[in-house]
Amino acid sequence: MQLFPCPFCGWRDEREFLFIAEAGKERPDTTQKISDEDWARYLHSIRNDKGAVREVWMHLTCGELFILERDSVTMEVIGSIALRKDAA
Amino acid sequence: MTRYSGWKLFKEGLRGHKGWAQAWRTPKLKPEYDAVIIGGGGHGLASAYYLAKNHKITNVAVIEKGWLGGGNTGRNTTVIRSNYFYPESADLYDMSVRLYEGLSKDLNYNIMFSQRGMIVTAHSEPEMEMAARQVNAMRLNGVDAEFLDAKQVKRAEPALNTRSDMRYPIHGGVLQKRAGTGRHDAVAWGFARAADQLGVDIIQNCEVTDVILEGGRCAGVVTSLGEVRASMVGAAAAGHSSTIAKMAGFELPIESYALQAFVSEPLKPVLKTVVLCPPFGTYVSQSDKGGLVIGGGLDRVPSYGQRGNLPMQEAVLSGLAEMMPSLAKVKLLRHWGGIVDVTPDSSPIIGPSGVDGLYVNCGWGTGGFKAIPVGGYLLAHVMATGTHHNVSRPFDLTRFISGRLVDESAASGIAH
Amino acid sequence: MTSHRVPGASGAPLKFTFDGKSYTGMEGDTLASALLANGVRVMGRSFKYHRPRGPWSAWVDDPNAIMTVRKGAVELPNCPATTTYLENGMKAQAVNAYPSAAFDIKGGLDLFHRWLGAGFYYKTFIWPNWHLFEPAIRKMAGLGHVTDKVLDGYSADQIHDSCEVLIIGGGPAGLAAARAAAEAGLNACLVEDHKSLGGGALLEQTIEGHAPTEWVAAHAQAITEAGGRIFTHATAYGIYDHQLVAIIEHGSFGTAPRLRRMRADRIVLATGALDRPITFTNNDRPGIMSVTGACTYLAQHKVLVGRQIALVSNNSYADAAEAMLSDAGAEITRIDPTVGPIKAIGLKTPVALTQHDRTHPVDTILASGGQTPLVHLWRHAGGKLTWCDARQAFLPDSNPMNMVAVGAANGTFEMEPALEEARTVGKGDPSERAETQYHLTPLWPSPGSEGRQWIDFQHDVTLKDIELAARENYVSVEHLKRYTTLGMASDQGKTSNMAGLAAMATIQNRSIPEVGTTTFRPPFVPVPIEIYHGHHKGKHWHPVKRLALESEHRAAGAALGEYGGWLRPAWYGTGGMAARVPDEVRMARASAGIFDASPLGKIEVTGPDAEAFVNFIYYNTITTLAPGRIRYGFMLSEGGVVYDDGVVARLGPERFLISCSSSHVDGVRTHLEAWRQDGNDPDRIFVHDTTQHWATITVTGPIARDIMAALDLQTDISKDALPHMSFIETIWQDTPVRIARVSFSGDLSFEVSIRRSRAQDLWQALMKAGTPLGAGSLGLEAMAVMRAEKGYIMIGKDTDGETMPHDLGCTAPRDKKSTAFVGDRSLHMAVANDPDRKQLVGLSVAAGDAMLAIGSHVVVGAIRQRSLGYVTSSYVSPTLERPIALALVEKGASRMGETVNVWHLGETREAVISSPVFFDPDGERLHA
Repeated sequence: MQLFPCPFCGWRDEREFLFIAEAGKERPDTTQKISDEDWARYLHSIRNDKGAVREVWMHLTCGELFILERDSVTMEVIGSIALRKDAA
Repeated sequence: MTRYSGWKLFKEGLRGHKGWAQAWRTPKLKPEYDAVIIGGGGHGLASAYYLAKNHKITNVAVIEKGWLGGGNTGRNTTVIRSNYFYPESADLYDMSVRLYEGLSKDLNYNIMFSQRGMIVTAHSEPEMEMAARQVNAMRLNGVDAEFLDAKQVKRAEPALNTRSDMRYPIHGGVLQKRAGTGRHDAVAWGFARAADQLGVDIIQNCEVTDVILEGGRCAGVVTSLGEVRASMVGAAAAGHSSTIAKMAGFELPIESYALQAFVSEPLKPVLKTVVLCPPFGTYVSQSDKGGLVIGGGLDRVPSYGQRGNLPMQEAVLSGLAEMMPSLAKVKLLRHWGGIVDVTPDSSPIIGPSGVDGLYVNCGWGTGGFKAIPVGGYLLAHVMATGTHHNVSRPFDLTRFISGRLVDESAASGIAH
Repeated sequence: MTSHRVPGASGAPLKFTFDGKSYTGMEGDTLASALLANGVRVMGRSFKYHRPRGPWSAWVDDPNAIMTVRKGAVELPNCPATTTYLENGMKAQAVNAYPSAAFDIKGGLDLFHRWLGAGFYYKTFIWPNWHLFEPAIRKMAGLGHVTDKVLDGYSADQIHDSCEVLIIGGGPAGLAAARAAAEAGLNACLVEDHKSLGGGALLEQTIEGHAPTEWVAAHAQAITEAGGRIFTHATAYGIYDHQLVAIIEHGSFGTAPRLRRMRADRIVLATGALDRPITFTNNDRPGIMSVTGACTYLAQHKVLVGRQIALVSNNSYADAAEAMLSDAGAEITRIDPTVGPIKAIGLKTPVALTQHDRTHPVDTILASGGQTPLVHLWRHAGGKLTWCDARQAFLPDSNPMNMVAVGAANGTFEMEPALEEARTVGKGDPSERAETQYHLTPLWPSPGSEGRQWIDFQHDVTLKDIELAARENYVSVEHLKRYTTLGMASDQGKTSNMAGLAAMATIQNRSIPEVGTTTFRPPFVPVPIEIYHGHHKGKHWHPVKRLALESEHRAAGAALGEYGGWLRPAWYGTGGMAARVPDEVRMARASAGIFDASPLGKIEVTGPDAEAFVNFIYYNTITTLAPGRIRYGFMLSEGGVVYDDGVVARLGPERFLISCSSSHVDGVRTHLEAWRQDGNDPDRIFVHDTTQHWATITVTGPIARDIMAALDLQTDISKDALPHMSFIETIWQDTPVRIARVSFSGDLSFEVSIRRSRAQDLWQALMKAGTPLGAGSLGLEAMAVMRAEKGYIMIGKDTDGETMPHDLGCTAPRDKKSTAFVGDRSLHMAVANDPDRKQLVGLSVAAGDAMLAIGSHVVVGAIRQRSLGYVTSSYVSPTLERPIALALVEKGASRMGETVNVWHLGETREAVISSPVFFDPDGERLHA
C-alpha cells in the first residue's frame, strides 16, 4: 500500500484517502454568462500530467482536504499542503 | 508473406519450418507518408489495416515507441463483448464483435476468438430490475441477450457460489452468448501482419516527441528517428493520449489510471464462460492455456506507472474467492498493470481532435481490447473520408460541449 | 537405483504415495528429495509434448516436478515437488499425465512435435472456426485439476508489520547482514523461504573456520539475542510502491498461509543466484539437473542424485561440487562444454553423454552454465540492472527505493567478499561491488545446432522455436516470450529467460543487454489466491449496517433484507411478501403504519455561511426557507444530473439539517466537505454527520396524529401548529426529540427522531398507542408501494445517470434561481435542452391485468422497435386496486393519455401514459 501524508494526521495507508480532483481548477462564476466550451472545459478538461502532479485528496478518516504533490510515474510522494488558512 | 493454413503448417513441419516469411518487415522510417498513426497497439494497427483495406490508403506508417502490441493490448484480460446499454454503444461494440467473428479469416491469423458467453450476475431485486432493463435494451438494439434466473446461472457456470448464505446471493443475471475472449497478442500480431502485407510500414522503437503544426494545422510528427510529414495523423495512444494532445495544443478529458490484471497457474478446464459479479467487483475467465484470467476495477490513484498496489489486488482477488470459493486454493502466477485512459462518461473519443489533420481514437478506459477492430475501422473511416461513420459520430470529442455523453459506467458494472 | 539416500541421514519416517505407488521418506524431505531417495526420477511430463520430466533443481527454480497432492480431505493442484515439504499420508500424482508420469498415454504427442512448435495454433484452426478445435485444446492445456471442494477452515491471516531493515534471504550473506543490522541496534527482520536457514552455506566445507551448521546456528542465535526477528518458511514475493514488501508465511499442507505486509525503511536483497541450464541436444531428460540442485539434495537431504555423474560446467563454481559429490560416493566425469557441443543419450534417463567423438557412460548429468543472480524483487522495486561481461549476468545497478543487494544476488559469488559486503550493508554503510575471482567462459545456445535443444522445459520451447521466432521477426524480447511462450510457465522463466534472450541475441548479432529482459512481476513464486482473501470474507465483506431497533423488528416477526447497505424490515409477519405487503399498505392508508426510517441521512450544516452554502449545494432555493420549515430538493452533480433527493430542514438562522438518501450518506458527506474546504471558508461552515446518532421512526396514516398524541408531548402538533413540511424540536420523557412533518407515503406523516439509546422506548410507546387503533409496524416494501402511488421517486431507481431535475417536473430553479448552485450551467447545455429527453411519467394498465415488468421498455416502431424509455417502478396498488407503474419516457410529459407499447423479453403489451401521481393528487391527505 502506498502511504500518503495527511497534513493533519501524518502518513497513512492509501486506503484512507480519496482522490478528489486535479488541483488548480477554479469554478467559474455561473451567475455570469459562460460559453458552452468554457463550461465543458471546467467540467472535463484534465491536465493528466505524466510526472509531477498536484492533486486534491481527502483523508477520509479525518475529512481533511489537502493538496498532494507526487509523481504519477514513480509514485514518489513529494509532499502535501494543507488548504487550511491556519496551517504553516 | 506466406499464407497460413493447416496444409502449409503440415508441409513446413516436414522441412523444419524454414519457409515461413516474416510476420512483418522492419522497414526504415520514411520522411513522408500519406498517413501516420501514433501508437502501435491494437487500435493503431487496426486503423492502419483498415486505411489500407477499406480505403486503399497504403502509404501509411504506424509509429510505436516500444514493441508493437506492447501497451494495453498486451496486458488486458482479453474479454470481447457488446453487452452495453445505449443504442450508440450497442452499435459500436456489436460492430466490433461482428468484426471479431470474421477476423481470423480476414487477417489469415488465428486470433482464437472463443464465443463462450459472458454472464453478469445480479445479486438483489434492484439488480435484477436493472438486468431486465439491460436485457431488453440489448435485444431492442439487435444484440443477443438472455435473462437468467439463479438456477440458470449455476447451470451456465457451475463454479459460481450460488449458496443462499453468501454475502450477496445470486438472484440471476444477464448472459450474452456471443461474448467471449480472444488471444490478445494474436490480435495485435494479426493486424500488424495484415497491414504490413498491404504495404503499411510499422516502425517500432520510435517515439513521437512532438507534433508538427503549420498554420494551426497538423503536418506530421517529430520522432526519435526524425521528422515525418503526413497530411493526416491519427493518434491511438491510449493512456498517453494526453501527452500527444499537449504536443498538438488541444485538450482531452482523460485521466490515466493503472488497471491491474491477474493470471493463475494453468488448470484443467474449470470455467465455462466469462463471469462478472458486480458486488464483488471481479470478473474472471479461463484462457485456452488453462490459467484463470482475472480483472476488476482501477487502482484509485491516477498513474502512468503500469503497476498497481496491494489494496486493489486484495479487493479483486478476494472478490474471486467470494464468487468461487473452491478457487481460493488456486495459486496466482503473475499480476501486471496497464495505463487506461478514462473519460467522464467511460465511452471512447473517436474523430477530429480540433486540430486540422489530427484525429484521435482514445478514451477506451478499461474496455479497449474488445473494440480494437471497430476502433481501427472508425478511425480509418474518419481519417480517409474526413467525416464520421454513423457509428462513431456519437463519440466525437465535441459531445462534452453539448453534454450528450454516452454514460455507460453503470452499464458495464466495473468501477470506472 | 541411480538416485539414493546416503548414510548419515536422520529423521522420522514418513509414508507417502506417488502415482499410486507407496514410498517412505523422512522428516525434512520435500516430495522431490523423498522420491529421489527412493530412486524415482521421472516425476512429471512436459506441458505440450508430454515428455518425461525429472526435477531440474531442489527449490523454486524447478519447472518440471509438478503434482496434485492429497492429504486427508485436502487436495491441492500444481504443487511443486521441490518446495512441498513431505508430510505423512500424502498422496501425490503427477499433473497432466495419465495414468502416471512414468507411463503417460499422451507421451505419443511428442511424435508430432514437428507440427506443434511455437505459434502453430496461430497458423491453423482458422477454418471453419476456432470453436471446433477449442474444446480439445483446452482439455490438453492446463496442468493440475482443481476440485470443486471448498477447504474447511482455509482462511488466510493478514497482518501489517514494519521494520528498519528487512533482509530477504537467509543464506550466509543474509545472515551476516541481519546480524550486523541487529547488533547495530536496528530493528531488523530476516526472511527465508526454506524451513531452515543456511542456503548456500550448507554447500560449503567450512565458513570462517566453522562447520556450516554451527556458523548458521550461531548467527541465528546472535540475531535473535540482538532483538532481530527471523521468519523461516516465508517468501518475500513482491515489492510494491513505498517500500512495501509482501511476505507469504507458508503453513503446513492444506492450511492457509499468512500475508505479512512489511513496510521496511531499508531492504537488503540477499536472495542468491541460480545455476542456469546449459542448452544442448536432449537436455530435457530426467536425470539432468543443476549442479547446485544436486549439491543441495546431498547437503540438505542426504540424497545422492546419481552414481555415474557427468559434471558439465563453464565456470569455477562447479569445482567445489565435484569434491562434495565424489566424497559421497559418486563417480564424476568433468566435461567442459565450451570445447564442443554435447549431447545426452538415453530415452527416459541419460545413459551416456557424447562430446566430439567420445562417449561417456553416465546416469546423471549435472549442468551449470553460470550463475544468474535472483533480481526479481530488485526489479519489482523499480531497480535497474547492468550487464556484467565477466559474470555473463545481469546485476543490480541503481534502485529508487532504499535497497541494496549483497552476496550472490549482487554477483558477489565468493564467500569472504560476500560476508564483508553483507556486514557493511547490514550496518547501513555503503559498499562497492568487489572484484571477482569468479570466472566463466561464456556459453550460450548455439542457433543452427542439430537435434532438439530445450530452452523452457515446462512449455517445451526449444532452440528451434527461437530460431523460428527470429525468422518470423518476433525479435523483441517480449515478442519472443509471448510467441514461443518461453518464460510463461509456472516457474516464470527462472531457468529459461537467460538462455532464450541469449539465443535471440546470437541470432540477431546483438549483445545480450541490447536484447534486454522481459518484465519481472510479482509474485516471485505462485501464491494461493486465499492470501488476498483474509478477512474480506462472507459477512465481513462490506458488513451490512444494523438498526438500533433490530431486536424490535425481529420480535415483531420481520422479514429482514438488505437495502442500501442496511438490514431492514421488508415486511412483517408470516404469509410472504405477496400477502403481507398489500395488508400493510391497506393498514397504513386506513389507519397508520409505524416505520423505522433510521438509515435516512441526517447531516447538519451550521455556521455563518451555512445558508449560502446549502443554497449552493441544492438545486432548489434554500435562502427563502424559514426556520422551522422543510423543503424537498435535489442535489445535482456539476453535470446537472440528479445525484440525491431529500429534504432540508432549517433549524435556525445558521443551522440546517440535510436528510439525504440512506445509501448516499457517505457520498453526500464527502461532497459537502469537498465544497466546504475547497471553494469556501471552512471557518464559517461546519458539516456534521449525525445519521447514526439518531433513530428515526415515521408514523404515517390518517390517524397518525392520534398516535402521536399518546406521546403526551408538551408541544402543539396540530395541523396549524405543525403543517406539512415543518419541523420542531421538543422533549419526550426528558429526552430531546425532533419531529419533522414530511411524508414519503403521501399520507399525514410524522418523522420522529430520538437518540438511538432511547429508540426502543419510543418504538414501543408508539406501537402501544397505535395497535389498539388498527395501526402496526410497516415494512420497506409497503412504503415503496405507497410512495409510488404518490409518484414519489426513489433515486437510482426512477432516475438514471442522465436524469435532470426538469425531467422530473421540477423546473422553477432552472429558470429562476439567480444564485449559483452545483450543476447550474449544465442545466442549459445543449443536451439539457433536447426536446426528446426522458421524463418521469406514470403508466397504467387495466385493473385485473398483470402489472408491468420493471425493466420493460416503452417502444415505438413496427418492424424494428426503438426504445423510448423504461419502466422503473411497478406494483399492484392495494389502494387503487389496480397495477401502477412509473417510467422514464421520451417526451413523457407531453404524452399524457397516450397509449404506448411496452416491450419485455419479446412480448408487447399496451399501457397508458398518465401522471405519476395516482393517489391524492390534490394533497388533501398529505396536508391533514
